[in-house]
Amino acid sequence: MTEDQVKQIVIDIINEIAPDEDTSDLKGEISLRDQMDLDSMDFLDIVMELRKQHGIEVPEEDYPELASLDSCGNYLTPKFNAK
Amino acid sequence: MHSTRIVITGVGLTAPNGNTLEEYRKNLLDGVSRIQMIDMRYMGKVPAGVCDFDPKKYQTRKELRVGTRAGSIGIYCAREAITNSGIDFESYDKNRIGVYIGTTEHGNVETENEVYNISKFDYDTKFWTHHHNPRTVSNNPAGEITINMGITGPHYAIGAACAAGNAGLIQALQMLRLGEVDFALAGGVSESIQSFGIFAGFKSQGALGTHETDPNKTSRPFDKTRDGIVVSEGGCIYTLERLEDAQARGASIIAEIVGYRINSDASDYVLPNPERQAECMRAALKVAGMSPEDVDIVNTHATSTPMGDIQECKAIAEVFGQSPTTYINNTKSFIGHSMGAAGALELAGNLPSFQDNIIHPTINIDELDPECALTNLVINEPRKVDAVKVILNNSFGMLGINSALILQKFEQ
Repeated sequence: MTEDQVKQIVIDIINEIAPDEDTSDLKGEISLRDQMDLDSMDFLDIVMELRKQHGIEVPEEDYPELASLDSCGNYLTPKFNAK
Repeated sequence: MHSTRIVITGVGLTAPNGNTLEEYRKNLLDGVSRIQMIDMRYMGKVPAGVCDFDPKKYQTRKELRVGTRAGSIGIYCAREAITNSGIDFESYDKNRIGVYIGTTEHGNVETENEVYNISKFDYDTKFWTHHHNPRTVSNNPAGEITINMGITGPHYAIGAACAAGNAGLIQALQMLRLGEVDFALAGGVSESIQSFGIFAGFKSQGALGTHETDPNKTSRPFDKTRDGIVVSEGGCIYTLERLEDAQARGASIIAEIVGYRINSDASDYVLPNPERQAECMRAALKVAGMSPEDVDIVNTHATSTPMGDIQECKAIAEVFGQSPTTYINNTKSFIGHSMGAAGALELAGNLPSFQDNIIHPTINIDELDPECALTNLVINEPRKVDAVKVILNNSFGMLGINSALILQKFEQ
């Protein structure tokens, strides 16, 4: 699985948990919270959906890795490919 | 009477048969109820009252995803009430507004949903949602209203079983009189149709209503064949103010709350106690400085259960049996039992009587139970009278909580 495919998975999850947001033009290197109205509960939703939909675990100490789309790609792609 | 007079200046509601007071009232006079059969988890089809207001009118899709149905109903009703009150909400001091919402229960829906959710993951609790606790805390419906509307004054829910709608209004009245707030949003909400446990509990108790052919005939208080409750969702929230404040801003005054009482049976978990119910009504009359003959409408709590209806009829006969000008009706025969919303919502259905002098009937009586044959029970067709000036609204609940609220047509 490529980083772009993993980023798209994250975008699909964001579309579910923040349905009012426009995710069509998200910048990969900029923090998601600086581009959208996301709070800490929303990030927990992202963690939960990765677990439910894809069996991916993100331990609490790694939550900062989900800050931007690029960091999500960097951090999650090895996890997807290790499944 | 208390020196500080409290008045209702706005109403917002959603009922199975109406999303505005006008629509709701018209259907109460036209005999339209709109109970439907819904699919209930583990149980199959059950009759229920479902509201069809547009939740996106006042909430984003994200708010709807994160919040509860009770919160959503509360927000809709509160926003509609504010509009109806005509108050300049944007410039009003939000720190001086109190939100007091009656609920029969809260949290069952979300907990049931999460148990069902983790059943799909072999009951591994790491799949239990982090939204569970903020969704299930008792103050949730009231708190969601404050978040949505930016209200920074006090908010909480009043847990009072099915007397909760009245209890919400009484709480608001008391807080206004204490000077804790200057403006109140108060009433009750119910999301109970999303909880299979509510339906299954009533069924096990022998108190869930059925009808062979027509869901709209299922809720039939006082009918000889009645066999139980129709569970409904709904909400009704009023704006309440001290009279002098309402007059100072030129508000249109819908009614004045002149009497109230909450008491306890102290006798049984579920079976109502007519002696205590009668005491409750008499105590409310005493607060209002009225006698039974002053009351034009008694809106009953009767839920269409075999025993509960008889018990309330005994209480009403004891208090109002000698009052030839007091008429009796029931709103649950249309909308089912909207639980925490019931008291507030049923009251709303009767408030227009102050203007049109028409008493909406109790419907679905094919054969009146002789044990419920109250004098002046308004059966199946509306009744026009010379004048309606006083309404007594009964709301009772499990664990023996009784409430009676007395509203008067506003006159200077």
